[in-house]
Amino acid sequence: MKQPSVELKLPIIPNMELIATQTAEVIARHMHLTEDQAGEISMALIEACINAFEHSKAENNVFIHFLIEEDSLVVKVIDQGIGFDKTKVEIPKIENKIGKDERKRGWGLQLIQELMDSVEFESNSEGTTVTMKKNITK
Amino acid sequence: MSDFIKSTKESNQIVIIETDGYLNNEGGEAISAICYDKMKSGQNKFLINMAATKVVNSIGVSILIEIIEKLQEVDGKIGYFNLAPIVSKTFNIMGLTKYSTVFATEDEAVSGL
Repeated sequence: MKQPSVELKLPIIPNMELIATQTAEVIARHMHLTEDQAGEISMALIEACINAFEHSKAENNVFIHFLIEEDSLVVKVIDQGIGFDKTKVEIPKIENKIGKDERKRGWGLQLIQELMDSVEFESNSEGTTVTMKKNITK
Repeated sequence: MSDFIKSTKESNQIVIIETDGYLNNEGGEAISAICYDKMKSGQNKFLINMAATKVVNSIGVSILIEIIEKLQEVDGKIGYFNLAPIVSKTFNIMGLTKYSTVFATEDEAVSGL
């Protein structure tokens, strides 16, 4: 049987990522996830949405797909922006930011990778898909 | 005052800021505006009560890093209490806990900062 899924289409408007987190919370309750698991998914989703909103230069919508699987939740964040080269994204360290001219922002990818069990990036000049997976331990 | 700032008060020469809602760029700027204004009058200890802030993003938290940096210049300190588990985890991942302190309760924060 096909696993259930939920799809969202978000306009690029400030704070629209909160619609995605509200949906994630409903799905987390359906899947009987712990509060920690639900919080981690929501936080990673916020960061992936902000990256899509701010950095992709996409002009239309960002799409979120939740794939509810037996032992995991897969969340895809899809934009139709300019893409990015992950190898050029530096891992941020607070020691390199405090007291230095370096910009304080740039934590999104680091947070996503720390909070989810696996993360894959597919990106080209026609857009980016971030696929994040949270394994379910009950 | 921004809707994000629920209240401000002082205790033991510490400014305590109570927040309400999503800590995004606007929320971060609302906190920093209060801190920088109070720093002009010589105050250098701040606590943030985040009981009503269950959701944050890295842009809002990055503004807290800017506040930490400014406070270092005046030998000041900032701490936080009543954090949701995911907010506490986010602060850990971003390294804020190396330069500022997370407390469980207001009493612990006021005595421990």
